[in-house]
Amino acid sequence: MDPSSHDVVRAVEEACRREWARVLAATARLTRDLDLAEDCTQEAFTQALQSWPVAGVPDRPGAWLTTVARNRARDALRREARLRTTLPRLVVADVVGAPGDAEPTPAIDDDRLRLIFTCCHPALSREAQVALTLRLLCGLTTADVARAFLVQESTMAARLTRAKRKIATARIPYRVPSPEELPQRLAAVLDVLQLVFTTGHSAPRGADLINSELLDHALGLARVLHDLLPHESEATALLALMLLTDARRASRVSASGELVLLADQDRSRWDSTTIAEGIDLLVGALGQRPPGRYAVQAALAAVHAEAPSWEATDWAEIVALYSVLARLWPSPVVELNRAVAVSMLDGPIAGLAALDRLLDEPALARYGYLDAARGDLLRRLERWNEAAAAYEEALRLTDNDVEQAFLRRRIAEVRTT
Amino acid sequence: MAKYLVLIYGDEQQWEALTPEEQSANHAGHQTFTSAAGPRIVGGEELEPSSTTTTLRRTSAGDVSVTDGPFLETKEVLGGYYAVEADDLDEVIALARQLPELSMSHNAVEIRPVVDHSTSMP
Repeated sequence: MDPSSHDVVRAVEEACRREWARVLAATARLTRDLDLAEDCTQEAFTQALQSWPVAGVPDRPGAWLTTVARNRARDALRREARLRTTLPRLVVADVVGAPGDAEPTPAIDDDRLRLIFTCCHPALSREAQVALTLRLLCGLTTADVARAFLVQESTMAARLTRAKRKIATARIPYRVPSPEELPQRLAAVLDVLQLVFTTGHSAPRGADLINSELLDHALGLARVLHDLLPHESEATALLALMLLTDARRASRVSASGELVLLADQDRSRWDSTTIAEGIDLLVGALGQRPPGRYAVQAALAAVHAEAPSWEATDWAEIVALYSVLARLWPSPVVELNRAVAVSMLDGPIAGLAALDRLLDEPALARYGYLDAARGDLLRRLERWNEAAAAYEEALRLTDNDVEQAFLRRRIAEVRTT
Repeated sequence: MAKYLVLIYGDEQQWEALTPEEQSANHAGHQTFTSAAGPRIVGGEELEPSSTTTTLRRTSAGDVSVTDGPFLETKEVLGGYYAVEADDLDEVIALARQLPELSMSHNAVEIRPVVDHSTSMP
């Protein structure tokens, strides 16, 4: 392969990262069949690998790929129509030109929005929503989606097939919800994006604490949503929350690969540009209506981002915000975070009392962060044996190597003290 | 267009305990629903109580047994259904939201697409 071919391969890979969702979404608008749209999108990228070394990389790779994928789809639909000797009811009679002809860009953006609302339709299970979003909007392989969510590849493949079949047979529409439906439908989309982000932020399993690919995809989609729905304050707030959280990415793992808690992070390594952008967005989101769940979460992230040190954090503000959040979004995980904040404001005994109320919470039965938080408070109270037992329990509940190493260090520390 | 069955489930004891006023309010609700749905409704019936059910089942001996009662013994039973034609699922969801049963917490409405044999290969 000559050097220019390497450049072409890199251009195709780059186009795949940037344009996959646009190409797929524009093709799905034509086919109304996600399987067919996926096949045609894949074929368009394969075609690019063959054509671009000869003809050069087009000025607008996305438009080129979209045209090829849609032409493939149209051919497939025509073949199918001939087989059935009846006109396909779904072929849209718009004209597609030769590869390279410009397509109007705004329509492509609407396509992506339609695709994300289809993937996150409430008639699909949450697992299916997440899987479809990663597969169809982020272009992750089925194996990658399975790995991120700790299931077998065959299980994930079956889940994706079932979900796409439901979209087709139950006719889940490929459209942006009406303004009346939008708030409720948007909530599901935001939940899915937050779940993807959280899974990337603290990978449940594996050698790395952070799955940067998932983080970048979640951030990318949150940006798309905010760009396309600039007046939906919760979409703005979710993007702010992600930015304010992600600004700490570089300081969360030490040079030797060890977990660094928020309390111990080198705040000079936090990305001040990202924090500033997050705070700008948050201010915009708070300017509209009473704050929603994501605005309050973003406000919490902002208080941490602006604190000069862990000790100098405005803990009263943090506890107050968690109380607001618990009212908007009653959840044991929120109560857990609130208890930790209480321990910083009123001391470990008060924090421990708040945590112990959560011990019987079924939703937290396998949530190792509860045990890790208890271990930390017991350690601060110098109740060494109980602290060791809590850390042991937390260790049992995580499959992430970096978290396990951290907990083992803590156990050794409280045992020898 | 696609066809869907809209199945109305609920607690039979609570249905039977409805006062005459509640029954007529429910009836009026169905009239509102059917006029809103218009020609998209292609069929539908209220069902007699589940105690009137007869179940046929293949036995291990290979013949068919005839027994009294519904397939599953639960409080929540199928109380009636509509067959609806619509462009897509969202249209059916929007229609079914208007069913009066959805104002009572013990009920649920299930939407199932009907297999379209007309587009199968000849």
